[in-house]
Amino acid sequence: MLDKTGFPLEMTGEDTPMVSFRKVRKSYGALTVLDDLDLDVSAGEMVSIIGPSGSGKTTVLRMLMTLERINGGVIYVDGKPLSHMPKGGQLVPANERHLRSRRADIGMCFQHFNLFPHMTALENCMEGPVQVLGLSKAEARDRSEELLEMVGMISKKDQHPSRLSGGQQQRVAIARALAMRPKVMLFDEVTSALDPEVIGEVTNVIRQLVSEHNLTMLMVTHQMGFARDISDRVCFFYGGRIEEQGPPAELFGNPQRERTQQFLSAVREAV
Amino acid sequence: MFDWKWDFTWEILPRLVYATGNTLIAAGAGYVIAVVLGLMLALAQRTPSRALTFTVREFVEFIRSTPLILQIFFVFYVGPQFGVRLSPWMSGMIAIGLHYACYLSEVYRGGIESVPKGQWEAAIALNMTTAQKYRRVIIPQAIPPALAGMGNYLVGIFKDTPMLSVIGVAELIHTANAIGSENYRFLEPYTMVGIIFLAISLPAAGLIRLFEGYVRRKLGL
Ligand SMILES: Nc1ncnc2c1ncn2[C@@H]1O[C@H](COP(=O)(O)OP(=O)(O)OP(=O)(O)O)[C@@H](O)[C@H]1O
Ligand SMILES: [Mg+2]
Repeated sequence: MLDKTGFPLEMTGEDTPMVSFRKVRKSYGALTVLDDLDLDVSAGEMVSIIGPSGSGKTTVLRMLMTLERINGGVIYVDGKPLSHMPKGGQLVPANERHLRSRRADIGMCFQHFNLFPHMTALENCMEGPVQVLGLSKAEARDRSEELLEMVGMISKKDQHPSRLSGGQQQRVAIARALAMRPKVMLFDEVTSALDPEVIGEVTNVIRQLVSEHNLTMLMVTHQMGFARDISDRVCFFYGGRIEEQGPPAELFGNPQRERTQQFLSAVREAV
Repeated sequence: MFDWKWDFTWEILPRLVYATGNTLIAAGAGYVIAVVLGLMLALAQRTPSRALTFTVREFVEFIRSTPLILQIFFVFYVGPQFGVRLSPWMSGMIAIGLHYACYLSEVYRGGIESVPKGQWEAAIALNMTTAQKYRRVIIPQAIPPALAGMGNYLVGIFKDTPMLSVIGVAELIHTANAIGSENYRFLEPYTMVGIIFLAISLPAAGLIRLFEGYVRRKLGL
C-alpha cells in the first residue's frame, strides 16, 4: 500500500533492505545538506561511507539514529518507516513514541565516544539493558561482561572513562552499543579522535564484528585501507549526494567518476 | 571591655542556642524546598511548551528582582486575603524556599547546559526516555558543576533567616531583640548572634568544598 506521496507504508518481500533511505532530504535553513538521497543497505551488509569533509556523511548516520529530523523523503528500517509513522493510510512525521519504538533497532558509536563519565565501563554497558530494555541487573551484567570480554576490555570493567585511553573508551562504547542488541550499527569516524598506535585495537573489534556477527553496518571513515578491507560496498559522497558506489575493489581500483578519482588521489597523496 | 557582662552572657546563652536551632531548622527546611522546587523550575524551562517556559522564566525573573522581605510580607499578610492563612513559620519557609528556588534554578540551568551535547546523543542512541535521560545521564553530570553555587546559596539562605523575624519567627535575631528589650542590654545578645553566625557560616563553606570534591570523586569525574 502506498502513501499518497508514493511512499510505501511498509516494505515487504524477500529482499526488503534492512535500511532504506527514499528520496531523503536534509537542510539546515537555506543550506541543503542532503538532496534526494536513495540508499538501501541489505541485512548483514557492511557499507562504508567516504567523501570529503562536509559532504553529508555524518548527517546520513545522524538521521538514521534519529538525532536529526529529515525534511523530505522517508527512512525505513527493517521494512517499517522510521522517520514517519502510518496514520489513516498516510505517512506522517514520526512522534517521539514512534521513534522510541523503532529506534531500538539501531545503535551508534561516535567519534568522541560519548561514554557516560559518571559510570564505570561495566555500568556504561549495563545502563541501556537495565533502564531501557528492562533486563535484570544479573542478566545485563552477564551480557555486558561478555561484550567487554569480546572487545578486550574486561580487565578495565570497573574503571571510569576518565581513566581509559581513547582506544579503550571507544571499545567500551562499541560494547555499550552492542549490549542493546541492535540490528543496525552505525560508526561515525570512530578512529578519527585516536592516536595512530591505538587505531588498530578499534578496527580489529569492527573486523571481528564483520566476520562473526550478522549485523548490518554503516561506517563513515577516512581510513581508505580499512574501508577497502572490510566493506561489502563503499559509497562515495560528494556535495550531499552519492557520487559513486560499488564493491570496494571496483570503487578503489577503478573509480568511474572524475570526482571519485580526484578524491582518492588526494587522499593517497596525503598518506 | 565595653562593660561586657559575662554572667549575663551565660544567662542568655540557652535561649540563643535554642534560637540557633530554630534558625538552622528554618534555613534547612527552606533549603530543602529551594533545592527541590529549583530543580522543577529549571526543568520546566526545558519543556517543549513555549508557554510554560516563558511563564516560568518570567516568574523566576520577577522573584529574583524583588526583595525577599517583600515576598515574606506578601505570603504572610496578603495570603489570608486569598484564603491562604499560614503560620509565621510556614509563611517564612515558603517565601524563603521559593525565593532561593529561583536562584537555584539558574544554578541548575547552568549545570545542565554544561553537559556536552554528545551525552544527550548517547542517551538517545540508547533509546532512553526523557525522564531516563535526565535522571540517569544529565542531572548526575549537572550537579557537580552546580555544587559550588548550591553551597553559596545554602550559606545565603542561612544568613537571610533573620528576615523571618519581621513576621515573628523566633530565630536568632528575633530572640536577641527580645532579650535586649527585656534587659535593656543589646551588646551581649547581638555580639553572640554575630559569633554564632560566623561560627556556622565559615566551617560550612569549607565543608561544602570538601563535599564537592567527594561527589566529584564518587562520580568518577
Ligand atoms: N547543526 C548544523 N547546523 C548547520 N549546518 C550543519 C549542521 N550540521 C551539519 N551541518 C552542515 O552540513 C554539512 C554536512 O555535514 P556533515 O557533518 O554531514 O559532513 P561530513 O561529511 O560528516 O564531514 P566531515 O568529514 O568533516 O565529518 C556541512 O556543510 C555542515 O556544515
Ligand atoms: Mg562527519
